[in-house]
Amino acid sequence: MLGDIFTRHFKDLHTSEDSISPERYETLKRKIVGLMAVVTMVPLLLMALINFAEFQATMSREVQNPLRVILGKTRNSIDLFLAERVSTVAFIAQAYSFQDLSSERDLARIFRVMRKEFEGFMDLGLIDSKGHQVSYVGPYDLKGRDYSGQEWFAQVQANGKYVSDVFLGYRNLPHVVICVQHVAESGESWILRATLDTRQFEKIIAAMGLEPGSDAFLVNRKGILQTSSYLYGDVLQPCPLPLPPVSYEASVVSTTDPSGRDIYLSYAYFPNTDFVLMAAKPRLGVLTAWYNLRGDLLVIFLAGVVATFYVVSRFTGLLLIRMREAEERRALAFRQVEHAQKLSSIGRLAAGVAHEINNPLAIINEKAGLMKDLLALQEDYPGKSKFLRQVEAIISAVERCRGITHRMLGFARRMDVKIEALSLNEVITETSSFLQREAESRNVSLSLELDPALSRIESDRGQLQQVILNILNNALAAIPDRGTIAVRTWNQGEEHVGFSIQDNGCGMSEDTLKCIFEPFFTTKRGKGTGLGLSITYGIIKRLGGEVSVQSQEQVGSTFTVLLPVMAPPTAAVEAA
Amino acid sequence: MKDWNILLVDDEEDFVQTLAERLELRGIECRVALDGEAGLAAMAESQPDVVVLDMFMPGIKGLEVLRLIRERHPKVQVILLTGQGATKDGMDGMKLGAFDYMIKPLSIDDLTSKIGEAVKVARS
Repeated sequence: MLGDIFTRHFKDLHTSEDSISPERYETLKRKIVGLMAVVTMVPLLLMALINFAEFQATMSREVQNPLRVILGKTRNSIDLFLAERVSTVAFIAQAYSFQDLSSERDLARIFRVMRKEFEGFMDLGLIDSKGHQVSYVGPYDLKGRDYSGQEWFAQVQANGKYVSDVFLGYRNLPHVVICVQHVAESGESWILRATLDTRQFEKIIAAMGLEPGSDAFLVNRKGILQTSSYLYGDVLQPCPLPLPPVSYEASVVSTTDPSGRDIYLSYAYFPNTDFVLMAAKPRLGVLTAWYNLRGDLLVIFLAGVVATFYVVSRFTGLLLIRMREAEERRALAFRQVEHAQKLSSIGRLAAGVAHEINNPLAIINEKAGLMKDLLALQEDYPGKSKFLRQVEAIISAVERCRGITHRMLGFARRMDVKIEALSLNEVITETSSFLQREAESRNVSLSLELDPALSRIESDRGQLQQVILNILNNALAAIPDRGTIAVRTWNQGEEHVGFSIQDNGCGMSEDTLKCIFEPFFTTKRGKGTGLGLSITYGIIKRLGGEVSVQSQEQVGSTFTVLLPVMAPPTAAVEAA
Repeated sequence: MKDWNILLVDDEEDFVQTLAERLELRGIECRVALDGEAGLAAMAESQPDVVVLDMFMPGIKGLEVLRLIRERHPKVQVILLTGQGATKDGMDGMKLGAFDYMIKPLSIDDLTSKIGEAVKVARS
């Protein structure tokens, strides 16, 4: 699949066109960056999400488990506490006879022992099967009371034992009542009733050691608080939290309490009584570490995304710049080879033509020469001078043709390197005349300000012509119609002459200026070979001269060339 | 008339005959051969002082003729003519022992003076 994507979207990379347009490079860059981003981001994102979920689950378990364990233990402690008390009461009910328990003295003794062994008992009383309080030991005078109409009396008659909800009772203290019925072998039955102080429950709950902000309490199945809760109200007030589903195992649910706090609510129902033990722990405090970590993770993830994008984008950019440069170099080299081949073909053609023309030219030359010789030998006659003029004209035409064929051969082989004494002014006048026609057609003013006292120099006429032609051609290309080109010559000290070619064209940027003499550098995209000025530079150096350029964008450029009056020895050697 | 013995070898008859006539007008008598073989045959008949030799001819090429002349008649001086104006060909000829080389079309005065110098060398 990836292979398909690559071939479909990156076919640009496989095309063999000479150059790739900037737009296509942009598209290519976008595609590479996009693909790289997807390839790196998707796994990163998945990893982050999976980690996030896993970690959140682990954190929750880590928080909930201890809560569940401690709640379970506490529920068991309370359960055990109650069971012990119920057993104690049941034991006494069975171990003593009705008569023993009816005696308040004996009952008081039993109650003393009981209180000594088991904390929390408040009183103890014997109730006969009709619901009358037979005897009582405790802080109140309850003897003779009739309980036969009370609900708990019916329940204990039915079940044999009964543990009440918490109530304040006559003493305005929260307590529970434990009743146990004993049926003797004789069929006689009685009920032993004890009251427990529920502050014992609060002690057991306090022993849970919950951290600040958390709270644990008992409620009954009607949702009435059985112990005081500092978060949700005093004992016997309705608990604002809804009762969770019945579970005798310690369980934890995430919920929101009436005051809007997110809490973990841990709870367990009591199997033998109507109580439910609950503990509330605020989630915010517990999960602060997790939220911090989540923030860190998010920052790291975002930093990763930004870094990946930055690096991918920078690297792709660099890579494409290199690629583009390579493409451009390849295209230039290709154009250069093409150009060289063209030149070479033209050269061969020119050489052939020149050779073929030179032979008949030589014949014309000799014939005309002979005519001139013969005319010279004859005595004067009317028209002789006219004949002579015609012959001279033929000879001079031959001379011109000779010049043409020699230039063609020179173009073909760049031969005839000949150092001679010449007038730079003449060379400039002659060369600029080649371009006069183009200048006129474009209304370009081509002015020559030539120093009449300019020294003659030893140099190569043909090579100088090429230099001047190259620079003039560049100037013509740079200026608009009706521009101006000024050529000046002067003596630069005794050993050098100078010439400058100044135009008021588009000028060059500093970057372009740095490169103009480098081979294959061109601003005439698709047209130039980038060789003209580099050849110019090479020739001027060979001739022992110097070239410099001043240019300002939108103002124009000035090429200044200094040439030695005496040819350097190296030029002479090359010329030989 | 000078007593110089000059041989012109060139396949362009119009050119070489006219050249011979012009040289004669200047007191230099020449024999003419129209290819390499004829030239070498003429030389075997009577050894000239100077040979004016075209480099591009059908049959034996000028440089080969030059080599044979240097071999058989070491005293004879050879002036090469080239229609191609190629310095390299002239230089090759110079290396093989030519007296000098000239590019067509010629200047008759240059040729006359060059022949004079060559005769001097040949007879020294």
